[in-house]
Amino acid sequence: MTPTLQAFLIVSAALFSVGLLAALSRRHAIFILIGIEMMLAAANLNFIAFWRFAPPPHPPTGVMIAIFSIAISAAEAAVGLAMVITVYRHYRTTNVDQYDQLKG
Amino acid sequence: MNGAVVIVISVFTLAAALAAATLPNLMHAAFCLALALLGLASFFFLLGAEFVGLALVFIYIGAVAVLIVFTILLTRRDSKEHYGLNWSGVLIALAVFAGLTWAVLKTQSLSVVPPHIQALTVKQIGQTLMTGYVWPLQCVGLLLTAALIGALVLVMEERR
Repeated sequence: MTPTLQAFLIVSAALFSVGLLAALSRRHAIFILIGIEMMLAAANLNFIAFWRFAPPPHPPTGVMIAIFSIAISAAEAAVGLAMVITVYRHYRTTNVDQYDQLKG
Repeated sequence: MNGAVVIVISVFTLAAALAAATLPNLMHAAFCLALALLGLASFFFLLGAEFVGLALVFIYIGAVAVLIVFTILLTRRDSKEHYGLNWSGVLIALAVFAGLTWAVLKTQSLSVVPPHIQALTVKQIGQTLMTGYVWPLQCVGLLLTAALIGALVLVMEERR
């Protein structure tokens, strides 16, 4: 039995939801970044799956978008973790509930 | 492409991702994130995008996971989370998953089997990157440089 495109899309949707769960329900700043990384990786799986299952001819567009997305998520992780360290120096905590200086 | 292999890899990936999202210890969570990304890379290998799978392993597991571990060590004071889960987030994630699954299963044109394709070589990828995608490539290079300099500036000690 060969798997259809739907199987990959459902796995990707599940991975995206797990990332969303980590980003929304945890209070630790690093967990939120882990969740965002997971959501980006799930989107990459979608691009690759759609590229593989497209009818011929096969321009490598999906692969290109996945490569660029990996590069951009690496930049995002570097800046995000730097921000976590900077904010930790100010507040001495990584609990995002206590970052309330801008709260109205 | 075998159905059993896909099931095994997806169970492994989703279990590792769920562990990364729910474990209270940050170190264990980072390790499980690396495992989940390894599972995702094996999906890419299975789908015939070997170069992207390798790039995922190098960049995510080699760089991003190590960066996360360093950040955990630098913010060590509360590396164990004892704040608990926010249940509204769990509900929203479940609702999103249900909606996406419903939409995917409802669309008939998505139940296709993979066509036979020629393997995508690294040479082809390089030629496409250097011809049709030159401007995006340069922009990504600029973005990476700016991000690295910005990260350095952010974490630099302020001199008084």
